[in-house]
Amino acid sequence: MNDKSEITERYLTLYKENIDKISGMSSPYINSFREPAFERFSELGIPTKKNEAYKYTNLNIFFDHDYKSYFIPVPSDFAEAEEFRCDVTDLDAHGIVLLNGFYPTINEKLRQLPSGVWIGSLNEAEIKFPEIIEKHFGKYAKSETDGLVHLNTAMASDGVFVYVPEGVTLTKPVQVVNLVQSDDDMFNQHRNLLIVEKNAEFSIIICDHTLSPKKFLTNAVTEVFVGENAHFDLIRVQNEHNAACKITHTFIHQEKNSVATSNNMTLHGGLIRNSTYHYLGGEGAECHSYGLYLADKWQHIDNFVNVDHAFPNCTSNQLFKGVLDDMSTGAFNGRILVRPDAQGTFAYQKNNNILLTDDAKMDTKPQLEIFADDVKCSHGATVGQLDDEALFYLQSRGINKREARLMLMFGFAHEVIQNIKVEPLRDRMDNLVMQRLKGELSRCASCMVKCG
Amino acid sequence: MLIISNLKASIEGKKILKGISLEVKPGEIHAIMGPNGSGKSTLASVLAGREFVEVTEGTVTYMGKNLLEMAAEDRAKEGIFLGFQYPIEIPGVSMVNFMKTAVNEHRKHKGLEPLSASDFLKLMRDKKELVEIDSKLANRSVNEGFSGGEKKKNEIFQMAMLEPKLAILDETDSGLDIDALRIVANGVNKLKRPDNSFIVITHYQRLLDYIVPDVVHVLYDGRIVKTAGKELAYELEEKGYDWIKKEVENNVIA
Repeated sequence: MNDKSEITERYLTLYKENIDKISGMSSPYINSFREPAFERFSELGIPTKKNEAYKYTNLNIFFDHDYKSYFIPVPSDFAEAEEFRCDVTDLDAHGIVLLNGFYPTINEKLRQLPSGVWIGSLNEAEIKFPEIIEKHFGKYAKSETDGLVHLNTAMASDGVFVYVPEGVTLTKPVQVVNLVQSDDDMFNQHRNLLIVEKNAEFSIIICDHTLSPKKFLTNAVTEVFVGENAHFDLIRVQNEHNAACKITHTFIHQEKNSVATSNNMTLHGGLIRNSTYHYLGGEGAECHSYGLYLADKWQHIDNFVNVDHAFPNCTSNQLFKGVLDDMSTGAFNGRILVRPDAQGTFAYQKNNNILLTDDAKMDTKPQLEIFADDVKCSHGATVGQLDDEALFYLQSRGINKREARLMLMFGFAHEVIQNIKVEPLRDRMDNLVMQRLKGELSRCASCMVKCG
Repeated sequence: MLIISNLKASIEGKKILKGISLEVKPGEIHAIMGPNGSGKSTLASVLAGREFVEVTEGTVTYMGKNLLEMAAEDRAKEGIFLGFQYPIEIPGVSMVNFMKTAVNEHRKHKGLEPLSASDFLKLMRDKKELVEIDSKLANRSVNEGFSGGEKKKNEIFQMAMLEPKLAILDETDSGLDIDALRIVANGVNKLKRPDNSFIVITHYQRLLDYIVPDVVHVLYDGRIVKTAGKELAYELEEKGYDWIKKEVENNVIA
């Protein structure tokens, strides 16, 4: 038996030892997914570099480790989570906190907002809205190659549930703060389900934080349904410490004439892998996938995007940008699939990177599979240094070289940030990115972890 | 103000400037004309502090200081301004942020406090009016998506904001229609004072209908081959550069 399957073996054992405990908390419907998912996971295993989609990312350093796993929430753990306050004070949002993947409010696990929108715990929603869960759960998170998606389905039991009924516009965004906190090294998983029905409009902000300086591994799956003519906006802000590994899989299913936007803002983290799957499942659907990643030291940030044009006249647009410092590494893998029926497709992809040192490294790989004829498609990737001409232009106006470099990097990053529609968050991101580029740690003021 | 003495410079080992001497006094406007490839832009680059040009011989003294030892940003803060032939587009950097940083760097250099937000916006407004720049341009990213004319006007606007002692305008007139040309020239004329100077580099005499130079130099093959008053510009317009080339060649033979 080689090393890699030994790593997978760890998680197979973990499942066998804990499945009874986990199943005890979930509904029979969700439990019915566990065994088949476990089978798929044991076939696929923890992804290795042999897996084309993980070619540039070595997961072993985080998966080959003894963690305490978090399966059953303890009410006392929630006290600190309840006290957590986002420091973007002018952000007017409906707040949700997840602690180690669980919804920590003991009393009101599911709450209704004035407009008829439900937000809260997925676990609770299984009891209250079994018909909605059965219609959507497990329908969008599918992968032929990624064992981690199945590992999540097999073992995750809670996460965020949002239901936006037909025709409802939620003016304020929902903000989910994912906290990871433990006195031991910890592995945790959570599962989100977001449903935005026909003609509805909804934005969600997901902030990833770590609260204690232990080694953490998080494997999260989010399923999103965007109904006909609906609008959905996802902003993910990742700010974790260097000993944390975050793996997210986001599946956005769109019906006709809907518009969905995903923004992945990665400011800090040891190893981060975001897989974003956009399924354009109806004529006239439009998706935007944005990403910004800033890395230094030994950090590694990997973005994988899969856009599936399954119907005619859909538009997709990908823009991912990164600034890599020290010996940090990054990867971008952007796949565009245009199916034979998807005539009139517009699909764009851009990935630009700035390497600040000779040791920083970026791998970027576009992957276009086009089976229709009437298609407008473009892609471009650059890996380079700051533009000397632009640098001189700024210097020639009296701006010193250090400041000029900062302005250029900031401008580079701002092209992604400007797509954030929630204004206080956009300003905050500008601010955090500027601090980050100056070499000051961009943690939020409320973060207790000093990761140097 | 500026004394250039026997300046020689090369780019990647190729000799471009072959011994230039020139003196600009406060309040003067000098025009530097010459055919393509004569070294006009290289001279501007040397003065502004571009690193890819290697100075091999000669000196440049600006306000009594050795200019060649100064970093580009320090030259700017000491009052040198280069109007670019091809202004650079910088996506994501707003004009406001760019100018605010530049103006405050200049103020810091002079020992002044940074401008308050409202004072700065007022300054922007005043200068925009002065150079007749479209107010919307200032809200956009630096030169991004600007037309050729807008970019050149934006150079004049930046010059107005920074109030240089010595402005070097490198073919600011190239690619401009007559209206834009007039706006650019008006800007220069409004900013002209007895204590500041301009070096206007141009291929054509057209711009000099609006900006009247005190001295006209003709640069050819890396040397100043002729220096005279403004009438030289008209002569060049009429006869082209060929007679100068011939004259130079004859001198070499003689």
